[in-house]
Amino acid sequence: MSAEIREIAIFTTFAALGATALMLVPGVAVAWLLARRQFPGKSVVETIVYLPLVMPPVATGLLLLWLFSRRGPIGSLLARFGIDIVFTPAAVVMAMAVMGLPLLVRTARAGFEQVTRRYEQIAETLGAGPWRVFSTVTLPLAARNILAGAMLGFSRALGEFGATIVVAGSIPGRTRTLAVGIYSFTETGQDQQAAVLLVISISIAFVAVLGSNRLAREA
Amino acid sequence: MAAFDLDFTLRQGEFTLTFNVNVEARALALFGPSGSGKTSALEAVAGLRTPHHGRIGVNGHVLFDSERHVNTPVRWRRIGYVPQDILLFPHLNVRENVTYGRRAGSRPHLGVLIELLELSTLMDRRVASLSGGERQRVAMARALYSGPDVLLLDEPLAAVDLPRRRRIVDALIGIRDELSVPLVYVTHLPEEALTVADWAVLIDNGRIGASGRPREVMPSD
Repeated sequence: MSAEIREIAIFTTFAALGATALMLVPGVAVAWLLARRQFPGKSVVETIVYLPLVMPPVATGLLLLWLFSRRGPIGSLLARFGIDIVFTPAAVVMAMAVMGLPLLVRTARAGFEQVTRRYEQIAETLGAGPWRVFSTVTLPLAARNILAGAMLGFSRALGEFGATIVVAGSIPGRTRTLAVGIYSFTETGQDQQAAVLLVISISIAFVAVLGSNRLAREA
Repeated sequence: MAAFDLDFTLRQGEFTLTFNVNVEARALALFGPSGSGKTSALEAVAGLRTPHHGRIGVNGHVLFDSERHVNTPVRWRRIGYVPQDILLFPHLNVRENVTYGRRAGSRPHLGVLIELLELSTLMDRRVASLSGGERQRVAMARALYSGPDVLLLDEPLAAVDLPRRRRIVDALIGIRDELSVPLVYVTHLPEEALTVADWAVLIDNGRIGASGRPREVMPSD
């Protein structure tokens, strides 16, 4: 395996892990809100979170590019602090997180919905406040689903292509991921390199989906 | 002994429960057929259901009063509750279940509960491995360890085999007399109401049919 291939595989794995870490807290919070609370605009929040599942990834990438470019509403704010996201490894992580989030939210939400409210009520009768009920009863009982969702999100992040190439490009040694690498190598006729990346992609995704399904089944 | 001031109306769809009991008792039995509203009455006292209107007070503490807009949150009520389906936390072992409640204030010593409810050999077990009677005893200990002013129990003998029921009845008497924690429990077995309770309330179809000393109001057959 060439140094370049190894670098792409390691970068993609760490970027996907970073994306999973980034989506975990907001993803679990949104999943809990959708499972447990009624609030105005709930269906709008739900739709926005699930949108990347059905939108063309390239369109999601374009939206991120617009939001985070130096003239975009978020990018211009960050630029004031000297932070530039577009076409950097951070853009890869961000694109992966946005694309993986819906899968985490869906699976974690199902986990929260499976936890009967009555366990939480019993915890309240024992004097537990809302945070203690959540952290010691709800969260542990939904943990397998959350983990399964995180693994699905991680798998999705690993294979992310459309959004990544628009918002982060395909800069060798900087933003090139497995999926983007396969495309770039194929386009430039480096079929052997592309094939090695393909095998690595399949192997990592296989293990992640297998683990995720096993966890979801046991939950 | 606890002073119960329970006077409320609870609506659930078509069903209306009208509850009116004002009594001092060590153990109050709510007796009646299934669907009569016994569990709803317990859950209203615990704060898990909100009455349409009325008042719920225990020992002078007002837990709910629709006129004064009082509705004490469940966690501050100091009402222990053992539901019929028991609901031990499945991800915690027996010891972790029992010691879950960490409310400030007085509570029975853990050793006293272990002895009274015969839990010494169960403390490190997983809850999935417990029998019906064992689960019932662990749930009672869990509720008591949080230091409640009153313990509510929904059909405490329902999940227990006949030969083991005596142990649960003895435990209830121990909680009432040795720990001096007043009880309110739901039952459909007359003998259970007669053995433990010093006041019985007969409920039928959402209304109180009779209320008084168990021997005076319980069906004799």
